[in-house]
Amino acid sequence: MSIALEHVNYVYSPGTAYERHALKDVSLEIEQGQFVGIIGHTGSGKSTLIQHLNGLMKATSGNIYYEGQSIYEEGYDMKKLRTQVGLVFQYPEYQLFEVDVLTDVCFGPKNQGLSQEECEKNAREALELVGFPEKYYRQSPFELSGGQKRRVAIAGILAMHPKVLVLDEPTAGLDPKGRDEILDQIDHLHKETGMTVILVSHSMEDIANYVDRIVVMNRGEKMLDGTPREVFAHYKELEKVGLAAPQVTYVMHDLKERGFDVAADATTIEEAADDIMRSFHD
Amino acid sequence: MEMIHSEKLVYEYDKRDEEGNVIGTNRAIDGVDIDVAPGSFVAVLGHNGSGKSTLAKHMNAILVPTGGTIWVDGKDTKDPAELWNVRQTAGMVFQNPDNQIIGTVVEEDVGFGPENLGVPTDEIWKRVEDSLRSVGMLEYRKASPNKLSGGQKQRVAIAGVIAMEPKCIVLDEPTAMLDPNGRREVIQAVEKLREEKNVTVILITHYMEEVIDADQVFVMDDGHIVMHGTPREIFSRVDELKVYRMDVPQVTMLAEELRKRGLDLPRGILRREELVEALCRLR
Ligand SMILES: Nc1ncnc2c1ncn2[C@@H]1O[C@H](COP(=O)(O)OP(=O)(O)OP(=O)(O)O)[C@@H](O)[C@H]1O
Ligand SMILES: Nc1ncnc2c1ncn2[C@@H]1O[C@H](COP(=O)(O)OP(=O)(O)OP(=O)(O)O)[C@@H](O)[C@H]1O
Ligand SMILES: [Mg+2]
Ligand SMILES: [Mg+2]
Repeated sequence: MSIALEHVNYVYSPGTAYERHALKDVSLEIEQGQFVGIIGHTGSGKSTLIQHLNGLMKATSGNIYYEGQSIYEEGYDMKKLRTQVGLVFQYPEYQLFEVDVLTDVCFGPKNQGLSQEECEKNAREALELVGFPEKYYRQSPFELSGGQKRRVAIAGILAMHPKVLVLDEPTAGLDPKGRDEILDQIDHLHKETGMTVILVSHSMEDIANYVDRIVVMNRGEKMLDGTPREVFAHYKELEKVGLAAPQVTYVMHDLKERGFDVAADATTIEEAADDIMRSFHD
Repeated sequence: MEMIHSEKLVYEYDKRDEEGNVIGTNRAIDGVDIDVAPGSFVAVLGHNGSGKSTLAKHMNAILVPTGGTIWVDGKDTKDPAELWNVRQTAGMVFQNPDNQIIGTVVEEDVGFGPENLGVPTDEIWKRVEDSLRSVGMLEYRKASPNKLSGGQKQRVAIAGVIAMEPKCIVLDEPTAMLDPNGRREVIQAVEKLREEKNVTVILITHYMEEVIDADQVFVMDDGHIVMHGTPREIFSRVDELKVYRMDVPQVTMLAEELRKRGLDLPRGILRREELVEALCRLR
């Protein structure tokens, strides 16, 4: 087992006017090699949750285990944890600070103690993976467009070759092609290397297309946990908590209501098209 | 008179070396002619780095053209005497909300814009309340903006511009961090402003679903406008859109996939009801 959360609670600014109980008794187990999606309304606790996974935030109560060992144990190597559980923040452009793009992406591997040569090799690979054009490698990260900055930030984490990759809204602000390219690349890495991927996203379509399992957060609590088909079957409940099913799921429900012989649990275009064609041929 | 009108608009960023010396230029906008009618809803699409934000920043004179001209409500943005008028006419929601949140309390932040415009105090509070309600953030009015989640901050930034009641609102990816419900709410709030106050809306987005109701769609590519038309015209040209790194709404994509598999569906289906009706007719 890769990561386990046991009865985790987190309270922001306890005892002040800003006190907010952001995580409520969350228990969760994530196996090595899973591709997990986390969805939930704005403010439901997703970012708070994932910042616990690499020890950046410490639970107010409860426990977290990485590969069987409690990360709150005395003397636990947090630095190592942070290179194994790579976290790409929600606004990763704030993590960019070096003089140029390549140096910025080298920062992580350099911290892991790799040689300059290895750092650069990893950095170049990672930048290529996220589709960042080589002609901008020596540009200052501050002089890039929003989507370009985001690619650099993702490359910065990939360059460390983490075992667990946690992405907080990685595709917000990416153009459609870029969104597909990056998610395809991550999916490929996941399949190739067995890397665990945890993806926070507000795009129900992206979630349905890539993940094996969805965890739904609502007001700090874990509300649902299952396969995309299982979770999106609860689309009415999801709507009540600010979410939705992918567009195609709604189409299928409408068709079923109009008397089509379809299963109505499709969550991707492929599944929906298969189901519709079958109903026409029967 | 057009709300926005540009002729051969060009903008070049300076390229600098480590010491800050200019070593060249990067042409982000390259000869853009654009017309936006008052009260219309216009969407701008385009790949990352295609020049959308640079164009948007010309609409409230954060940037002034290095070539050509842009007029906002008839005012040339290059004219320093018009700067205040231009900023008052066109309100902007930036791509990253953290760049524009200034107050230490949400309601203060939202009230800041109208206050600056000299709106009377009673009216300010009314606007603050209305605009926070319209983005679903009224219960956070006393909260501190920097302690909000990403999506919550974005909603506050939108409320801030709504409260200024500009004639024209430029939204640069306002929904990028919002949940599905929040995205719908923002688009609805903007639509309402247009209906009730005839506000012109310019929306930059990477979500194809959000532009279905636009009057016109512009697609940018490397500083140029390469496609222009109604959503139905634009989304009928799936293959061309792909060349520009764009996409179509998921419903349009499903219809396209079914066409490929032999169903005789019309091109340019945008809404789920349209697809369902078309499939019912085929049965
Ligand atoms: N520094 C802070 N101090 C106090 N409360 C906070 C702080 N940061 C976040 N919160 C609150 O904690 C709750 C959870 O926030 P979190 O950022 O985890 O949400 P999220 O699910 O990631 O939302 P989004 O989809 O908008 O990014 C929210 O109600 C938020 O207002
Ligand atoms: N401050 C700056 N200095 C120099 N070049 C810049 C600056 N800001 C943007 N650019 C460059 O100008 C071009 C257009 O950028 P712009 O931000 O307008 O793109 P965009 O279409 O908004 O992209 P995105 O979808 O990623 O937000 C890009 O090549 C970018 O690298
Ligand atoms: Mg978040
Ligand atoms: Mg932009």
